Amino acid sequence: MKKKGKSKVRPRTPMSMLDPKERAKMFSEVALGYNLKEAIAEARRCLQCKKPSCIKGCPVDVDCKSFIRMVAENDLHGAFTKIKETNSLPAICGRVCPQENQCEMVCKLCPTGHPIAIGRLERFVADNYYASTSCEEETGSGVCIPIDENLKVAAIGSGPSSLTLAGFLAARGVKVSVFEALHAPGGVLVYGIPEFRLPKSVVQREIESLKNLQVDFLCNYVGGMTVSIDDLFHQGYKAVFIGVGAGLPKFMNLPGENLIGIYSANEYLTRVNLMHGYRFPEYDTPVPPGKNVVVIGGGNVAMDAARTALRLGAGNVKVVYRRTKGEMPARLEELEHALEEGVELEILCTPVSFHGDEQGVLQKVVMQRMELLEADESGRKKPVPLEGDFFELEADLVIMAVGTGSNMVLTQTTPELKLNKRGYILADAQSGETSMDMVFAGGDIVTGAATVVEAMGAGRRAAKEILRRLKA
Amino acid sequence: MLPAGDKSGAGGMNKIVKKRVLIPDRVSEMTIEAPLIASKAKPGNFAVLRLTEKGERIPLTIADADPELGHILIVYLVMGKTTAFLDTLGEGDSILDLCGPLGRPTRIKKQGTVVCVGGGTGIAAMHHIAKGNFKAGNKVVSVIGARSKDLLLFKPELEKISHSVLVSTDDGSLGHKGMVTEVLEKYLQNDPEVREVIGVGPVPMMRAVARVTEPFGVRTLVSLNSIMVDGMGMCGSCRVTVDGKNLFACVEGPEFEASKVDFDELMMRLNAFKAQEQISMELFKQRKQS
Ligand SMILES: Cc1cc2nc3c(=O)[nH]c(=O)nc-3n(C[C@H](O)[C@H](O)[C@H](O)COP(=O)(O)OP(=O)(O)OC[C@H]3O[C@@H](n4cnc5c(N)ncnc54)[C@H](O)[C@@H]3O)c2cc1C
Ligand SMILES: Cc1cc2nc3c(=O)[nH]c(=O)nc-3n(C[C@H](O)[C@H](O)[C@H](O)COP(=O)(O)OP(=O)(O)OC[C@H]3O[C@@H](n4cnc5c(N)ncnc54)[C@H](O)[C@@H]3O)c2cc1C
Ligand code: SF4
Ligand code: FES
Repeated sequence: MKKKGKSKVRPRTPMSMLDPKERAKMFSEVALGYNLKEAIAEARRCLQCKKPSCIKGCPVDVDCKSFIRMVAENDLHGAFTKIKETNSLPAICGRVCPQENQCEMVCKLCPTGHPIAIGRLERFVADNYYASTSCEEETGSGVCIPIDENLKVAAIGSGPSSLTLAGFLAARGVKVSVFEALHAPGGVLVYGIPEFRLPKSVVQREIESLKNLQVDFLCNYVGGMTVSIDDLFHQGYKAVFIGVGAGLPKFMNLPGENLIGIYSANEYLTRVNLMHGYRFPEYDTPVPPGKNVVVIGGGNVAMDAARTALRLGAGNVKVVYRRTKGEMPARLEELEHALEEGVELEILCTPVSFHGDEQGVLQKVVMQRMELLEADESGRKKPVPLEGDFFELEADLVIMAVGTGSNMVLTQTTPELKLNKRGYILADAQSGETSMDMVFAGGDIVTGAATVVEAMGAGRRAAKEILRRLKA
Repeated sequence: MLPAGDKSGAGGMNKIVKKRVLIPDRVSEMTIEAPLIASKAKPGNFAVLRLTEKGERIPLTIADADPELGHILIVYLVMGKTTAFLDTLGEGDSILDLCGPLGRPTRIKKQGTVVCVGGGTGIAAMHHIAKGNFKAGNKVVSVIGARSKDLLLFKPELEKISHSVLVSTDDGSLGHKGMVTEVLEKYLQNDPEVREVIGVGPVPMMRAVARVTEPFGVRTLVSLNSIMVDGMGMCGSCRVTVDGKNLFACVEGPEFEASKVDFDELMMRLNAFKAQEQISMELFKQRKQS
């Protein structure tokens, strides 16, 4: 984003944050959100373009222009209904979507350096207009279609793709059951993204609103193990949607990687978020303690793990990344938050081995310096190790945030389901249709690790296709 | 608060229909109503349990399953907080969360003689595997060991399905005085027809099984008990080194070829949370007393 300070455009309305020193010790939400005055001021900056580009930037087609106008007019009910027409999880999207790469990036005001803060406005509307949920808000039509108990659709997995599908179909009279393998629904929103970025009460609210639409959530059901896709069809489900995510954490296969003190980000975050380990011993699940913490990776997951470690009392937390700051996949905002809170960044280096004491407890990481070669055809600069250039980092906790792969539990027990070379489900990009009749898939299990709103987009497209088939 | 699912559990209320104390204050078995799991569970599968909203998820082997009655059987050794709390539950109580079946089932085929070795609480888990082999038409030889006669589990059950049940005790109160692997070794020396050995028990026992069978060149499997969180491939807590590869025991196991397993690493990793486990157990005891 280029900044042309000389333009006359009024700058973005800032959002209040907790003080970095204070917040680095607690799990309360960092970004506090707009109040009414701030929201209206921000909405009034909108140009109400004749040909708005913001809408095209949104994977679920939120009519940004219209809802922003309604906020400017203090019509929060209208704004909420407008957003809900296409986005069933606005309070979540307003918090975790990378708007800077989506609606805000294509906003006509973006070249001035001050695009409309669409994400913050979306969050404001959702947080402030949540009195009750009804079909009206889900559909925007004001008509409540009764649920047809015979028109049953099953969703496997309860991440954002399935939640979106469930909301869309339930609002149109379809009976949806969501089968989740863990003991709580929400997918990454619950077990991965930390409380200080996405309070669990926000997710809870979205799930409650789906329950009001008679969506059933069945936990402790492992698709492929407790219940197979065939079983679901035998039980009368007319269509099955698979949204099981890409939850299998990757490791680097380095010497010493299984020492005590080395965890995947998934394990670390699951212990803290899903299992509430940050409140041990009130809650039973322990979280590995760490004074000197090294987080390996440069994405949002690495930032979440690093900021969590700080809050759990780490003396120093280093994020190590093999490329440079500019190439980091993490959202700029998340990186900045992490740095403000005291996370340190070590770029152009990669771990080569881990070393522990006689009990197998991690003591240090041996790192190697890297340099970046010029961009190849793929457009990304390639990191290569510098021969002989090693250094050591003292560490008692290492968190591996180097990506995830496809989880095999469902796919290996469902051989009819065609996969691509990387083990993800082959599904039509538009309809979500898989190699099995009336079985659809979407979200990370199709694309590989991506974003919340892209998973939602896939859920929405599959829902439309399922509805079309059911009504045909 | 976490978003709550509908706690209808996997197909029922997970009610404990029967509890039988096998070794007072140490080992008990529970029959749990879980029709869906019972209809799917195969030998070698396990389940993950969570007992309270603040509780930990722990894996326990499905020691038997009755699809008709919709029951599964678990057998647990009281080790720490979660199993101690489980032991306070009785008939009529329910398990809050019960998830399964998980893990790859034992690959059972008709092949001749199969020796099933069980140590301590592992005998219970081994029982389901032995039963599967019996049903498949194999000749099952069960070799079981414990510290003393009173601690030998499942002997009558195994007698029903085994060609023979060989016993060892540390104190010599029944059978061979010494280790279960000594009995195994002697058996292998006398019976060249053994097609497969399966060992379930404490890590040192499984390591010894691997050592004993190696010279005989007989296919040997062990069931690994690494620390698990989700039990379905999402965390990597359960990773073990097998044949130099990093594998997740919950989805690629829990059974692996014994000679390839890095047992030292497994032993080491089982100690990862010792300090916190002690804190939990102390608090639990204090609360139980007051
Ligand atoms: C730490 C972290 C931070 C992130 N931060 C952001 C962010 O700021 N912004 C953003 O846009 N994206 C972020 N992402 C990515 C985003 O969360 C995912 O892309 C998105 O959640 C994918 O949604 P999904 O519907 O595919 O499934 P998931 O959210 O992955 O959920 C899948 C669900 O399916 C369940 N499941 C798996 N197997 C089975 C089975 N066999 N049977 C039944 N259930 C099963 C799982 O338990 C899980 O609950 C982050 C991811 C992580 C891990
Ligand atoms: C696939 C599998 C099947 C198992 N089957 C049985 C069984 O049939 N009967 C039985 O008695 N035990 C079984 N176990 C072991 C059982 O899970 C542990 O004894 C139990 O988790 C201990 O919990 P705790 O809170 O009582 O004790 P803690 O004090 O928490 O732990 C005691 C010891 O148990 C191990 N342990 C702790 N937490 C876990 C965990 N989440 N997962 C695995 N191990 C852990 C550690 O080595 C620890 O030192 C099995 C383990 C696995 C992996
Ligand atoms: S592109 Fe930007 S300025 Fe134009 S309507 Fe959309 S939000 Fe408003
Ligand atoms: S227990 Fe989490 S991956 Fe195996």
